[in-house]
Amino acid sequence: METEIVKETLVLPKAMIEVATSAADWLVILPVVLALLASALLLMLRSTTRGQAVFAILVVMAIIVIEVQLLLKILELGPQSMTMGKWLPPFGISFSVDVIGASFALAGAIVTLVVLLYVQADIAKREVKYGFYSLVLLMLAGVSGAFMTGDLFNLYVWFEVMLISSFGLIIMGGRKLQLDGAIKYGFLNFLATSFFLAALGFIYGLMGTLNMADIAIVAADAPAGPLAAIGALLLLAFGMKAAAFPVNAWLPASYHTPHPAVSALFGGLLTKVGVYALLRTLVVLMPSAREFLDPLITILAVATLILAPLGALSQINLRRAIGFFLIGGVGAVLAGLAMPSMRGLAGASIYVFHSMLTIAALYLVAGLIERMSGTDDTRKMGGIYNASSMMSILFLVLIFAIAGLPPFLGFWPKLLLIEAGLGQADSVLVVALVLNSFLTVIAGTRLWSHIFWRNGREGKNSEQLNDRLKPLSKKDKWFGIAPTSILVVLIVWFGLFPNSVIDASRTAAADLLYPERYIQSTGLALDVEEDDLEVSQ
Amino acid sequence: MNTIIFRTIAPFLVAIMVVFSVFVLLRGHNEPGGGFIGGLIAASAIAIYGIAAGVSEVRKALKIDPLAIAGFGLFIAGLAGLLSLGAEAPFLTGLWTYFEIGNAKVALSSVLIFDIGVYLVVLGTISAIALALEENEEGE
Repeated sequence: METEIVKETLVLPKAMIEVATSAADWLVILPVVLALLASALLLMLRSTTRGQAVFAILVVMAIIVIEVQLLLKILELGPQSMTMGKWLPPFGISFSVDVIGASFALAGAIVTLVVLLYVQADIAKREVKYGFYSLVLLMLAGVSGAFMTGDLFNLYVWFEVMLISSFGLIIMGGRKLQLDGAIKYGFLNFLATSFFLAALGFIYGLMGTLNMADIAIVAADAPAGPLAAIGALLLLAFGMKAAAFPVNAWLPASYHTPHPAVSALFGGLLTKVGVYALLRTLVVLMPSAREFLDPLITILAVATLILAPLGALSQINLRRAIGFFLIGGVGAVLAGLAMPSMRGLAGASIYVFHSMLTIAALYLVAGLIERMSGTDDTRKMGGIYNASSMMSILFLVLIFAIAGLPPFLGFWPKLLLIEAGLGQADSVLVVALVLNSFLTVIAGTRLWSHIFWRNGREGKNSEQLNDRLKPLSKKDKWFGIAPTSILVVLIVWFGLFPNSVIDASRTAAADLLYPERYIQSTGLALDVEEDDLEVSQ
Repeated sequence: MNTIIFRTIAPFLVAIMVVFSVFVLLRGHNEPGGGFIGGLIAASAIAIYGIAAGVSEVRKALKIDPLAIAGFGLFIAGLAGLLSLGAEAPFLTGLWTYFEIGNAKVALSSVLIFDIGVYLVVLGTISAIALALEENEEGE
């Protein structure tokens, strides 16, 4: 009897999207598709070296235009989604973009454009044939995909895309040192990805879904114990990807080995994806797991904030030192993760945006310094102030921006984070943040005085002119200093007029804390089950 | 490995495997098979030919760099997804058309184009890896 009744009243929930998708909705997916298609095309035409650079630069410019439009649309209308293949979420794979996703993707595209311009100074034909442009675009596709996807398994796929392309980029040139760096980088990143994959299995087993919006709904009723275990696994996996303490050793061991432009690309894009994934999974999807892990996150944040600049202080290799600055920034974002208030999350999201631009620019300047001095040892670099005052200005501005001194962009996120800490009476984090700025200034100005302030050679010969310096060629100036200056101008501009950034970050933080708009944009509603029940009755 | 029996049989084996890989690709929509497994079969055919005849011989026979084949595959797979832009549907939505040749009803879809793309990506990457490994062995 009962089964018959069920048969009569059984109403299957809708599985397909029946509304037409307008061309404007494609803004969500186009950045990734364009980068992927362009990368495939360049891979096909690898052997014809002419025109590759122009084509890649034009594609990245188009992506920037699309992402600006997307960001404006999101700021006006709220998060945007598209679910592939007309299947309704959670069956179809969604791309769901909110303010932090779109703004990070935009910063990533800007960094990529600058790197592509920078590399014009010294790229060899052999490297074009090797597939440099194809790999850069593939990496941009992976990074944008990771920032924009609304599906956890899809996030894993984009991680893999990034890993493949970064592997190709880090060994380009094939020096022994690079292979050494690539093995450390590759092994630890593979391990992190495996942990992530294991966590995905647990999530699917526990909640039966991998759609982010759907998880945000289901996780509220999931048992606390398994959820906390999943949260811890994700914290480990993404912490490794982001190079947070104590799993940060791979970063300073590998990021200084490839071409400086590739270092800039890695420093600007890759660790930020790990940080973003932490914010997305622990704040939006599983807030209860984050709460459970809060003391641990606080410890990790404090340790990362303080140990990273100390590491930088002890370095004599310029790009290794920058690697430690990068890790310090990860600590600042972890501090935001430990204080998920409006201010804390707004601070963390501006910090990521700032760090993408600043770290990339710092690596690019470091590349120019290495090119001038012909060494990567800061003790032997003295005297560049005389040779190029422009570079000393760029370097000092970037150091101050990293440390969080006004009037640069780095000041505002630090301020928001410290305010958040004071608001919560989280004095440990506040002290750590201030100490981090202090130590970063010391470490950075130490580098600056070694490289720029000292007139000449090392030690007692500091008044003797450093005759190892080679002046930059005209090409280096045009393609080296000019693109880097674009980034520095952006950092100063947003530092002086931070209103638009801070407003956007407030929206971003609100969407992270209260993901209703994010969930609704995918077409899932919080009360779907009740609606279905009514229909079937 | 490089016996006369193997060298004689290899070309026939390779031809059968390539034809079979296309068959597996085409039947893959509703039955076991598809682009991925088809591509693997084709790539193993190429690897076998490499063992039998030498890598340079294979490269000469392929004419195109295997990675370029993979790039082309990725490109047409992406284009197949873009087709749905014209149909007011989300990215990667399957589009179908039917027409008749004689008495047979033939279904053509963007899914098939995507699957052919997958076939070429797998064929290209796996055979690039296989050829690189075989080249190393020959060098030693």
